[in-house]
Amino acid sequence: MLAALFDNAALMIILVGALVGIASTLVGTFLVLRGVSMLSDAIGHSIVFGIVIVWLITHQQSGPVQIIGAALTGLLTVFLTELLVSTRRVKKDAAIGLVFPVLFSAGVLLINLYARDVHIDTHTVLLGEIGFVWLDTLTLGDYRVPQALVWMGAMTLINGAFVTLFYKELKIATFDEALAKALGMAPGLLFYVLLLLTSGTAVAAFDAVGAVLFVAFVIVPPATGYLLTDRLWMMFIHGSLVSIASSISGYWLAVFWNVSIGGMMAVMTGVFLLLAFLLGPRYGMVAQVLRRRGQRRVNEIRTLAVHLYNHEDGPEQWAENVTRALRDHLLWDNAKANRVVARSREQGLVECRGQSLVLTEAGRDMAREILEPTRNGTGSLTTTAT
Amino acid sequence: MSPLELIRDHTIQNVVIGAALLGLISGVLGSFAVLRKQSLLGDTMSHAALPGVCIGFLLAGAREMGFLLLGALATGALAALVMLMLTRNSRLKTDAALGIALSTFFALGVVLLTYIQNQNNAAQGGLDAFLFGQAAATLRGDLWIMGGVTLVALALVTAFWKEFKLVSFDPQFAASLGMPVMWLEVLLTVMIALAVVVGLQMVGVVLMAAMIIAPAVAARQWSHRLESMVLLAAVIGVAGGLFGALLSALSRGLATGPLIILSVSSVVLVSLLLAPGRGFVWEGIRLWQGRRRLRHQQVLTTLYRLALHHDDPAYRSEQGMLDTYHGHHTRKALRQLLQRGLVEWRSAPPEEPRGAKHWVLTPRGRDEAERILDSLGRGDD
Repeated sequence: MLAALFDNAALMIILVGALVGIASTLVGTFLVLRGVSMLSDAIGHSIVFGIVIVWLITHQQSGPVQIIGAALTGLLTVFLTELLVSTRRVKKDAAIGLVFPVLFSAGVLLINLYARDVHIDTHTVLLGEIGFVWLDTLTLGDYRVPQALVWMGAMTLINGAFVTLFYKELKIATFDEALAKALGMAPGLLFYVLLLLTSGTAVAAFDAVGAVLFVAFVIVPPATGYLLTDRLWMMFIHGSLVSIASSISGYWLAVFWNVSIGGMMAVMTGVFLLLAFLLGPRYGMVAQVLRRRGQRRVNEIRTLAVHLYNHEDGPEQWAENVTRALRDHLLWDNAKANRVVARSREQGLVECRGQSLVLTEAGRDMAREILEPTRNGTGSLTTTAT
Repeated sequence: MSPLELIRDHTIQNVVIGAALLGLISGVLGSFAVLRKQSLLGDTMSHAALPGVCIGFLLAGAREMGFLLLGALATGALAALVMLMLTRNSRLKTDAALGIALSTFFALGVVLLTYIQNQNNAAQGGLDAFLFGQAAATLRGDLWIMGGVTLVALALVTAFWKEFKLVSFDPQFAASLGMPVMWLEVLLTVMIALAVVVGLQMVGVVLMAAMIIAPAVAARQWSHRLESMVLLAAVIGVAGGLFGALLSALSRGLATGPLIILSVSSVVLVSLLLAPGRGFVWEGIRLWQGRRRLRHQQVLTTLYRLALHHDDPAYRSEQGMLDTYHGHHTRKALRQLLQRGLVEWRSAPPEEPRGAKHWVLTPRGRDEAERILDSLGRGDD
């Protein structure tokens, strides 16, 4: 039965896609939170160089040697970038943009030169071939398992173990590096291990999604999580869910339109990010607009209450406290004035007596609280004064 | 091919002109991008050009350069807009927004690219070349468009030179003068897309970022003025572009983009090492000279202090003692001081015939030591 599962190409492709997303989310979350997401772009590109070099030396297409060897190139990129920045001749963003293209170019040229020996062409380098992952299999026990699945599964487990074991340290190092240093947690070393794992994940994912699409899996799911929650562990959950959903929906859409599967999965991560951006419960655009509108309405009612309170029992009460006067004195148009009055009446803050508007007791309290916030003893000024 | 044939070769002509145009525009516009810390925006915009190329192709139904470049310009600018939207209206930071725009736009490009390829359209050949660039595929008609874009960009830079300069270095001041800072920044950003568009055919979308960054960074090392930096960046861009493109056109099978990037990047390396004033080599030499001078001064003042403590201006200090005192060999320093006439040596006294040399300050050495100690505020004396 298990063998039938491993023979199911569609399932294997979706599984590999989801694993790429989950493994990347585990490390990407910290990159996004630390504000260094673009390092994943640099790493993704420069491992091409490492992959070609390791291939030329060992002729191993995948496996631990390939992953570790090529991952070191990713680390080399970060190291060279930081070296360049530390000389203070080049700004950080420019340094990133200088280092990885060099390694990437060298890798591409090597592929051109040894085209007959290397198993990848420049096209695969960028896009990967997740649709063919089920072709390269590995015999595990009695089953023939796709290689990509094995290595992606291994990277997911390693990343998961790292994040679980060093959860506390990573959390402190990410949000308060100075504290982590003071507690002797070696945040610098931790960060380098994180980048090494990012590079390893990039190598393991390389055959499936290539150099550039990998960036989407590292950055977009955690960023989506970041738009939805304030809790670190929830970011992992959201990110993983987005990865799984993107993998499934991306696969079917790609089959439906007959386009690149990896590309479609990456596009779907973007779609989910867009949804979170628009509809997120707290930070989404719609929520923000609604919150702003609610705030505006409250402010309008408060303005009305104060206006009525100021002129209450005054000589010009009959001229001021009518809906018409709001137009001249608060610069509200008729529709707005009517709207605010209606809403205030609904909330029992204002009553109509003939033409004139009269505050209810609740409305008067509200105005009083706005104008003299300290009088009821609730304000902090009175307490500190005594 | 003889040099003359090389010049007459149609393809080579196209490649040379294209590479020169690319170097020119990316050098000039890259200078502003790097100074405004927008290097990685160039990366995002160049990756984001891919869906535009595909959309242009779908609209035109064939490889019409004008359509492709217009599409690239549109999606490149749109990616910059998306990135700006994400940073302004959500809690995402710039780096995440850049990465999101880069990867999702590129993914969309990949999807469209495979869509086009699966339509079995005979005209689709060559779209792949936009990934890594293929200089040899440049047509004469493409050059007119690339030239036109370059001309527009250069004209804009010339027309708004003063404004761009101010916005790049001191946007607050520019705003206080009543300049439309936001529009100028938008214009500068869109112009990065213009450079990307010219580079599509030569270096491709993936490596275009480096073409924007590298000439500017190299030029920055040699110059402290925007005028000369921009000119130099253009020269470096043109030179690197020409070298890489010619190499690629002559050796069949090597992608143009990587070759151009590697040649421009080697100029960056040389500049970082050798640029006068800022180069690492000169800095290393300065550091070494400074250390040496400090060591000489230390030895000299030690001799002076010893003489002072013994109330004997001609006090003879033994070399072994000086070595021990400083914790390292002082012979080289003493020899240099001897050459400058600041110390003299005396042979060992007759009661220690096998002792080491003894050193004595000359009057000039005394003056020099006093000058050094004075400039240090006398220290503990």
